Amino acid sequence: MTTLIRDQEKIQPASSPVKEPRRLPSRRTMLLVGAGVIWILGFLILHGTSTLTLPASELTDLHRSLNQFNAWVAANRADNPVFLYIFTPLRAVVDNVANLFITLFAASSTGLRLPEIGWLGTVGLLGWIAFAVGNVRVALLTVSVFTFFGIQGLFVEATYTFALVLTAVLLTLLIGIPLGILAGVSSRVATVITPVLDFMQTLPTFVYLAPLALIFLIGPASAVIATVIYAAPPVIRLTAHGIRSIPENTREASDSLGTTGLQRLLTLQLPMARRTVVMGINQSTMAALSMVTIAALIAAPGLGQVVVRALQSLDVGTAVNAGLSIVLLAIVLDRVTTAASRRAEPGAARNGRISRRNRYIVLGVTLGLALVMVQLSRSSLWAAAFPKDFNIGPAIVQAVSSASQWMQSNLSLFTVSLRESVTTGILNPFQSLLTDTPFYILVGVIALAAYALGGWKLAAVTTACLGVIIYLGLWSDSMVTLAGTLVATALVMVLGVVFGVAMGRSERVDQVLRPILDAGQTMPAFVYLVPFLGLFGATRFTAIIAGIIYAAPVAIKITADGIAAISPTVLEAAISSGSTPWQVITKVQLPMARKSLALAANQGLIYVLAMVVVGALVGAGGLGYDVVAGFVQSSLFGKGLAAGLAIVFLGILLDRMTQAAAATPLRKIAAAKTP
Amino acid sequence: MKKAGPLLKRTIPLMAGVAAAALLLTGCGGASVNQVAAAPAGASDAPCGAVSVAMNAWVGYTANAAVYSYVAKNQLGCTVVQKDLNEQISWQGFASGEVDVIMENWGHADLTKQYITDQKVAIDAGPTGNEGHIGWYVPPWMAEKYPDITDGKNLNKYASMFTTSESGGKGQILDGDPAFVTNDEALVKNLNLDYKVVFSGSEAALIQSFRTAEQNKTPLLGYFYEPQWFLSQIPLKKVSLPAWTEGCDADAEKVACDYPTYTLNKIISKKFADSGSPAAKLAKGFKWTNDDQNSVATDIQGGMSPEAAAKKWVDAHQETVTSWLK
Repeated sequence: MTTLIRDQEKIQPASSPVKEPRRLPSRRTMLLVGAGVIWILGFLILHGTSTLTLPASELTDLHRSLNQFNAWVAANRADNPVFLYIFTPLRAVVDNVANLFITLFAASSTGLRLPEIGWLGTVGLLGWIAFAVGNVRVALLTVSVFTFFGIQGLFVEATYTFALVLTAVLLTLLIGIPLGILAGVSSRVATVITPVLDFMQTLPTFVYLAPLALIFLIGPASAVIATVIYAAPPVIRLTAHGIRSIPENTREASDSLGTTGLQRLLTLQLPMARRTVVMGINQSTMAALSMVTIAALIAAPGLGQVVVRALQSLDVGTAVNAGLSIVLLAIVLDRVTTAASRRAEPGAARNGRISRRNRYIVLGVTLGLALVMVQLSRSSLWAAAFPKDFNIGPAIVQAVSSASQWMQSNLSLFTVSLRESVTTGILNPFQSLLTDTPFYILVGVIALAAYALGGWKLAAVTTACLGVIIYLGLWSDSMVTLAGTLVATALVMVLGVVFGVAMGRSERVDQVLRPILDAGQTMPAFVYLVPFLGLFGATRFTAIIAGIIYAAPVAIKITADGIAAISPTVLEAAISSGSTPWQVITKVQLPMARKSLALAANQGLIYVLAMVVVGALVGAGGLGYDVVAGFVQSSLFGKGLAAGLAIVFLGILLDRMTQAAAATPLRKIAAAKTP
Repeated sequence: MKKAGPLLKRTIPLMAGVAAAALLLTGCGGASVNQVAAAPAGASDAPCGAVSVAMNAWVGYTANAAVYSYVAKNQLGCTVVQKDLNEQISWQGFASGEVDVIMENWGHADLTKQYITDQKVAIDAGPTGNEGHIGWYVPPWMAEKYPDITDGKNLNKYASMFTTSESGGKGQILDGDPAFVTNDEALVKNLNLDYKVVFSGSEAALIQSFRTAEQNKTPLLGYFYEPQWFLSQIPLKKVSLPAWTEGCDADAEKVACDYPTYTLNKIISKKFADSGSPAAKLAKGFKWTNDDQNSVATDIQGGMSPEAAAKKWVDAHQETVTSWLK
């Protein structure tokens, strides 16, 4: 595994279809080989010295001062003006909005704690809204999924989650769309905002849960605020993108008519960017749903709580039952917002099969029906709380539990030996290579590799990132995390190439695999951790598996798209010249999809890194553990915060390095193209 | 492009109409099932209202909380809201009003100072009657085969036996949830033990590991505690460490002694205590024994729902319950 980075780089220039001057790649290869040799020598000779290890219960002065900040906030929350006039009112506003929706859909705070519009009313009203913004199909989907929540015995939990997602999405749009418009109109705002958005998306969600809980206290309000932070970037980015990508000549035509900036925005830019904006709403909604689940850790009510409890009691059945609800809710939200974006497309109204007048009549009648259902829910008990007689939840839980019991008792021999061989054969040696090499040698080696891949600028960025990690006092833990991340990414790439090629070559395989990949991405990580915890125990290996499941779909999809995009004439030429399928794959398709493969590796790495903290819940050490421990133990608060920052800097480092590695053979051309 | 304008104009009033209809119904509509039902509950003796109970993640805690919730719900007519929260996170809920009751608290001098002494948002509601012990345990077969293993001084001798792929060549000490009270990492360092602490993530995982170790006669050294129903199934043997003395664990990084004996207590929110709710009185009165807790916990572990297990115990101990409410 030591040669992981070097090998790839040595092979790539040779297989590159673009003929480059011979000197550049060979010099780079020499530098990379040199870096590898220094690393190995440093590891062998200076093994175990200057490793900067910090035992898990020990703190640096930096961590202590962050802890003091924690104590200061706790002591001053009541009378500090910042809290008195900004944070506390903000919390109250968010809390009120969240409570409005919770009271409406999930449970009111009075009487029997029944929702104001009951299950029947919820089903009717949401079904009607889906129909109004989308079409009949998504309306039927909404109605049947929300009814199914009741049959699962999870109606209240599901509507709690739904209410929080709704609150978070509303606030996200309130903040995100104006910001997006600003960034789209002014390129100065865009340059300021982009790094902030990058940071928001790299920072692991756990990291800001702890400070948020500190400032806004635990409960639905903090959960919503955390969710808004997580969900806002997509809608901001896509709104800005939509506004900016309006064709230049359209804009000029409008300008020549003498429109003012505001007029242009309202009459031209916004209407034309509508579809992109709605796509952003879709992305933000999905992000909000995944975050609301995690926010269960700071007392966000709903399905997340069920999953967290199941994780703690290793109850696979309950986790899968609740996980199913989350996936179904994700499907509904996705389909409804997608249908809404189709409807938002300019000219969509013309294509409708029924005239606008008839549609209004249908809408009016169905609204009446929905309101009757709401009224029924408010007056009779059977429509307010979902009848318990139709509950198949326990049956699902039972069936899944016994299936997982069977798997555990029958597969444990296989799973344990697989875990042990991967851990002792690959993970442990690789990890020790990273953690036992003196830090200065490793910094030098990484900087040298960065120089070889991307010149002085990249070397400077990398060294700065490593410097910050050392300053944070978490070098050794970062190396443990790096080892796990690289092993997981290597496995992700194996899967990416195998399945991506299969999907890219065959339409049928694509059709079969794509829904499975979608499920892998929408299922909250918490859910599939539970069965793997049963199979593999709480180890680093389980965490790696979790990372792979989360990251592999992205890598596979990108690879498949790259393979499928290769022009058929090239393939026909290869086949007609007598190439076997294997030769076509290795000599034509993979080399030609090289850019996609590099992108897949880059994305795979970032996705795996995003799972590091969740992996810590099932036994991964390193930075992820520090973050989790900092979250649950107040004495480790500062260290957790520092670990979160270390993950961000590790992410920046890996992202820049892989991007540079992907771009180098074509660097000059690419650099000339992009301003 | 011309179509886009009217389309926008059409959707906005549509959405506004929906919102208005929904608000009208909830705000100004007639009395709902909720309000009708609320009246009789409020009319009976002392008003109870809603109680938020933090649910920490171990079965003993669940037993306490289940019995408390059962009595509050069925004998006092309260609405009980259970919230799954980590041990230390629960304390933050006292300030926000998210949590009213913590039913089993283990020490936490720092949190006591922060929330009870300094911020005054919580109060100590007295002991639960349970006595808590934390320590390092080995499965019974090991204590039989290696009698001197229960003395902490001999642990280094056996370190190689406890190595796993996770422990980096040292012996492994298996800990539970990162949220549990633990000094183990400092202990390993300060007692110069050749061990590494590995976290299993939960009580359930810890129990599963000990069960497998006893069944397969494999070595295991782990963090454990009583009161705990599992000890009646497999009596784990405690490893003795240097005895606890007052103040020996004051500095978390320098601890070199065993865990103290914890008088487990309940913590309730100040606001809740002052509200005069009968549920607050119940929380203060609640007191039982380790055996009581273990019997309820064993039932829960055996597949009974916490509520059913609580009912079984309450029905058999009605006198005790009555004494809590006095």
